Amino acid sequence: MHVLFEPGLLSSGPVRTAAALGAVVAIVSAVVGVFTVVRSQSFAGHALTDVATTGGAGATLVGVSPLAGFLGGSVIGAGAMDAIGVQRVRSRDLATGIVLGAATGLSALFLYLETTRSATTGVTQQILFGSIFTVDPSTVPVVAVLGAATLLVIAAIRRPLTLSSVSSEVASATGISVRGIGLAFMVALAVSVGLTSIAIGSILSTALLIGPAATAIRLTRTMRASVLLACALGVATTWLGILLAYDSFYWDASSQGLPVSFFIVSITFAGYLVTGIPAVRRRVELRWRRGGTVRARTSAPIAAGG
Amino acid sequence: MTATGGDRAAAVPVLEVDGVGLSFSGRTILDDVTFEIRRGEFTGLIGSNGVGKTTLLRIILGLQRPDTGEVRVLGQPLAKRNRSLGYVPQKVELDADVPIRARDLVALGLDGHRLGFARRTREQRDLVEEMLHAVDAEAFADSRIGRLSGGEQQRVLIAYALISKPELLLLDEPLANLDPKSVQEIVALLHRVATDNGVAILLSAHEMNALLPVMDRIVYVTGGRAASGTTEEVVRSEVLSRLYGHHVDVLRLHGRVLVVAEPGGTAADDLPAHATVTVD
Repeated sequence: MHVLFEPGLLSSGPVRTAAALGAVVAIVSAVVGVFTVVRSQSFAGHALTDVATTGGAGATLVGVSPLAGFLGGSVIGAGAMDAIGVQRVRSRDLATGIVLGAATGLSALFLYLETTRSATTGVTQQILFGSIFTVDPSTVPVVAVLGAATLLVIAAIRRPLTLSSVSSEVASATGISVRGIGLAFMVALAVSVGLTSIAIGSILSTALLIGPAATAIRLTRTMRASVLLACALGVATTWLGILLAYDSFYWDASSQGLPVSFFIVSITFAGYLVTGIPAVRRRVELRWRRGGTVRARTSAPIAAGG
Repeated sequence: MTATGGDRAAAVPVLEVDGVGLSFSGRTILDDVTFEIRRGEFTGLIGSNGVGKTTLLRIILGLQRPDTGEVRVLGQPLAKRNRSLGYVPQKVELDADVPIRARDLVALGLDGHRLGFARRTREQRDLVEEMLHAVDAEAFADSRIGRLSGGEQQRVLIAYALISKPELLLLDEPLANLDPKSVQEIVALLHRVATDNGVAILLSAHEMNALLPVMDRIVYVTGGRAASGTTEEVVRSEVLSRLYGHHVDVLRLHGRVLVVAEPGGTAADDLPAHATVTVD
């Protein structure tokens, strides 16, 4: 076991904080991510990470907690994108692109000012690429509460959200406010991005949002199964990333260890690639179908009556 | 429903479109469109592309407000959320991998407009099975919607719309892009829905021939104006010529109808003047 679990792993405070924080943000990202992929809003999700960067950088500059900055940035960004027209498919990319460009420019300024004024180059690294091992343990409950609230919102709007993802016309015809549901989802997405930024950095939070969700969607047939699998993949990926990053302190005596974010993103990417191989997909689909027939057969009397 | 309620429901038209007009930046989209549909009637909303059929459907659904006129459903002005109307779009654009199965979409017909955490009851799941059976979609009930053919998708969308037990089903070009066999099947299915379940059907199409055997009523639209009545009343040279604003020939060949617009006609039609028009 020592090959994988280096000494002191589970007794280390920062590791435990990182594992708890990582699990929470992985779950929130996975749930929100499945809907993001289904709604083809990955680009919007990515743009929010850039606005979160601006918020995080700005907050550090004025001495406010980066979490507040990340959240504030991405939620304001979501509002701006909604106002410009992220709801209409045609102007969606345009709205996203404009907000993204403006935000990135501001980030550049804030990060520049920070590094020149305080001479701490680490801040740029921390904002962009995360610092899960140096997160203050008191942040975890805040993240957990906000994450739980986000999950509740998604659970409450899941049916209108799914229907309006299938067809906004059909959804409006049933009396749903497609715009309202879309805005609620954008805010949930923004909070998710903000929370993830504190763990693996604003720039890389897209990976945890889209990666596990996209992989899970490839392998499942229902939203519920996609969401559950995405959560499992997200948490597994994050914990494996933390483990490898911790281990990497020991790989080379002179090294400082490699960043967690790097491992998380690499594992996510590898998972997506592997499940994209046709032979792998066929195998999983086959298993699904077999499982499906078995279930259908055993539950046939119930299905006929309920 | 009480006996008096039932009598009233039978007497009141399911849908009344009364003098509906709409202009858009100076261009007339719809001009004084009037017709009504009764319970269990199969109505074809016929016209070539771009004559305002979709706009008319959107007005009936309450998604767009007309400049003039009124739409009444069961005698009542349009409300924002009208469960008496079922709507079926031409198709839905979803990636093949999107994890929403045919049966999931049908179930959303029951509760897709609801917020909250309620789980579906056994009765609701029964109803989904029943609807899938009614449209003959059991074979692909567990397939993802993005992987269905056009005809299969139509069946599922019809089941989605019917599950809330509407009085009127609105379908926007459901037969476009379907192969001839699927067209036959969908028309037969809708005819069954109208006659067996008493659901009124308003179906838009740019060609009427597949619908001739089942249509109780036709609403023929061109240039934003409409004529309605039985096929025999409406699809005649005098009526359509008046509607088009220039001479139109109506040919009947082997039980099929062919509408031929005069070359060089003066009506503001979206069709090229030399074309053999509209209804093949």
